[in-house]
Amino acid sequence: MARAVTTQRKALNTVIAWGVGILIFFPILWTILTSFKTEAEAIADPPLWFNFHWTLENYVTVQERSNYFRHFWNSVVISVGSTLIGLAIAVPAAWAMAFVPGKRTKDVLMWMLSTKMLPPVGVLVPLYLIFRNLGLLDTRTGLVFVLTMINLPIIIWMLYTYFKEIPNDILEAARMDGAGLRDEVVHVLLPMAVPGMASTVLLNIILAWNEAFWTLNLTAAKAAPLTAFIASYSSPEGLFYAKLSAASTMAIAPILIMGWFSQKQLVRGLTFGAVK
Amino acid sequence: MTASIRTLLGATALCATGMAAAAETTLTIATVNNGDMIRMQGLAGDFTAKHPDIKLEWVTLEENVLRQRVTQDIATKGGQFDVMTIGTYEVPIWAKQDWLEPLDGLSDDYDAGDILPAIAGGLSIDGTLYAAPFYGESSMVMYRKDLMEKAGMEMPEAPTWDDIAKAAEAMTDVSAGIYGICLRGKAGWGENMAFLTAAANSFGARWFDMDWKPQFDTEQWKTTLTTYLDLMGKYGPPGASSNGFNENLALFQSGKCGMWIDATVAASFVTNPNDSTVADQVGFALAPDAGLGKRGNWLWAWTLGIPAGTDAPEAAKTFIEWATSKDYLALVAEKEGWANVPPGTRTSLYENPEYLEAAPFAEMTLKSMEAADPTNPTVDPVPYTGVQFVAIPEFQGIGTAVGQQFSAALAGQITADQALQNAQTLTEREMKRGGYIK
Repeated sequence: MARAVTTQRKALNTVIAWGVGILIFFPILWTILTSFKTEAEAIADPPLWFNFHWTLENYVTVQERSNYFRHFWNSVVISVGSTLIGLAIAVPAAWAMAFVPGKRTKDVLMWMLSTKMLPPVGVLVPLYLIFRNLGLLDTRTGLVFVLTMINLPIIIWMLYTYFKEIPNDILEAARMDGAGLRDEVVHVLLPMAVPGMASTVLLNIILAWNEAFWTLNLTAAKAAPLTAFIASYSSPEGLFYAKLSAASTMAIAPILIMGWFSQKQLVRGLTFGAVK
Repeated sequence: MTASIRTLLGATALCATGMAAAAETTLTIATVNNGDMIRMQGLAGDFTAKHPDIKLEWVTLEENVLRQRVTQDIATKGGQFDVMTIGTYEVPIWAKQDWLEPLDGLSDDYDAGDILPAIAGGLSIDGTLYAAPFYGESSMVMYRKDLMEKAGMEMPEAPTWDDIAKAAEAMTDVSAGIYGICLRGKAGWGENMAFLTAAANSFGARWFDMDWKPQFDTEQWKTTLTTYLDLMGKYGPPGASSNGFNENLALFQSGKCGMWIDATVAASFVTNPNDSTVADQVGFALAPDAGLGKRGNWLWAWTLGIPAGTDAPEAAKTFIEWATSKDYLALVAEKEGWANVPPGTRTSLYENPEYLEAAPFAEMTLKSMEAADPTNPTVDPVPYTGVQFVAIPEFQGIGTAVGQQFSAALAGQITADQALQNAQTLTEREMKRGGYIK
């Protein structure tokens, strides 16, 4: 009887999990389907699911109109660059807070997180003026800098959480064996925190890849990443859903593929220490 | 000796390369995503062939994003753009702030006198043009000829609001999924308020009197709003409070609207057989009036302007002359046909028999544009310019807030009286804050 209940519950859980999964994935699926329709089919009422004339016309139009690879390369440089610089700053910061906490460590962590609570538009004009004076408008350098700063609190928090899970005794043992600070971090701490670091890196790349407020506001023609590429296909006058869907599919495809291949690391990292 | 000559030659070559690079000017052009602008990007090879020393970089954005982006850049003197696509709302405000380079000294070939007077008036301060129109539009009635015929009715070329109500009633067939009239309901100064402000002009209403006092407590505004709510309540589609241009376009193209009063640019979409199921059944008429001498149609143009402080004002002016010239219209006609030339900017276009033949809606578009006067938009005098907007910086915020009230009334959340009272209160508050009234 108990086994039957467990099986029923498992089946129910599976159904719910699939339901939630499909619900979350549905907008992406619909975007991909719409990208293969004509503009008239994209707005058809009732909506067309699979019984439409599949066409690659929208992809051809988007490729002709925009320089996809320039936007793609800008996205890669900005997201990977900001992640690597963020990591270089966050590892020592998280180490210090996890293993050598001071009286105010918790306050510092909360303060860092509080910077995420300010609406970005509140600092748009001051930052725009600073960027203008430093010649950083419409440069990848400027965007790498701003995205590093924006995502740094999240990276530090995630690494801090993972580092806290690593027993201090192991680090102490390394120290007793004569390891210096650098060896302790590079050869002992980091290998043990690889799953957590991997998920931090992946999550940060995804966040930076999808960031649209700053990338739209601080770029023009040269440093514009894929978010600006998508934005150029929305229009208040005229049908645009199919072309916009094609542009969106092209923009999310790289990060979707990366997420697909690294999902094991992502899940491992995100659940690291969750179950004891 | 040989080495010296080589060095000299090398240095000369380097200098020449450097000079060529220095002579090349790059123009960054911020533009809006619509068919005419995208077509211009495609044809820009003609410009760069004629001006090999000028390179073009395009930044294409959705209208609202573009507006926010270029406003931010010009207000902070960011210098990101050399040519900006801006609307007739921005031009007079920015020109007064000295944010735009005046477009004086245009060549004789350009023939600035050929620009439609109503459009040129809205883009000029003291007779000086501050932006050149790329395409212009008004609004008009688009209706289903077959449904009117079936109802035994005929749409007058210049209908009244009563004619519109009768036609809407006759064409409505809810069981067949056909609604007599589709109008904008989505809140926004450029959405429902574009339609309602233009409609209000025809009922003798106005946003402000000559002392900048808001006028939503007048009988004329009440007539405007109740007429709109009655029409939409009885003959409009369900969920109309979230319908904007694109939603109504989709409804009309799929045969679900008997009538649609909206931008003249929609005419080319609804008569395109590739996208529209009713392409061969669409008739056009002027926007309605109430017999007071003003019609309920707006006037809008997307224009190209040069931000003050750009590094390349001369190259920018050269580009604008090319993009808004008669030669450009001829180029589009040659490559893509007369039906695809950007409309609503030049008088000569509407005297061109080839264009008139290719665009059956051309005559009505011109009449609609001529019926709107941005410098004298209302029955009673007003202290502002603009037909469907008030050309003051505060209007974007106020217009959208009032639009939310009227959209809520359309959704049945508040009554017309409540919406007007709220509109009056919030507009008074913002005008006091802006220092227009005490």
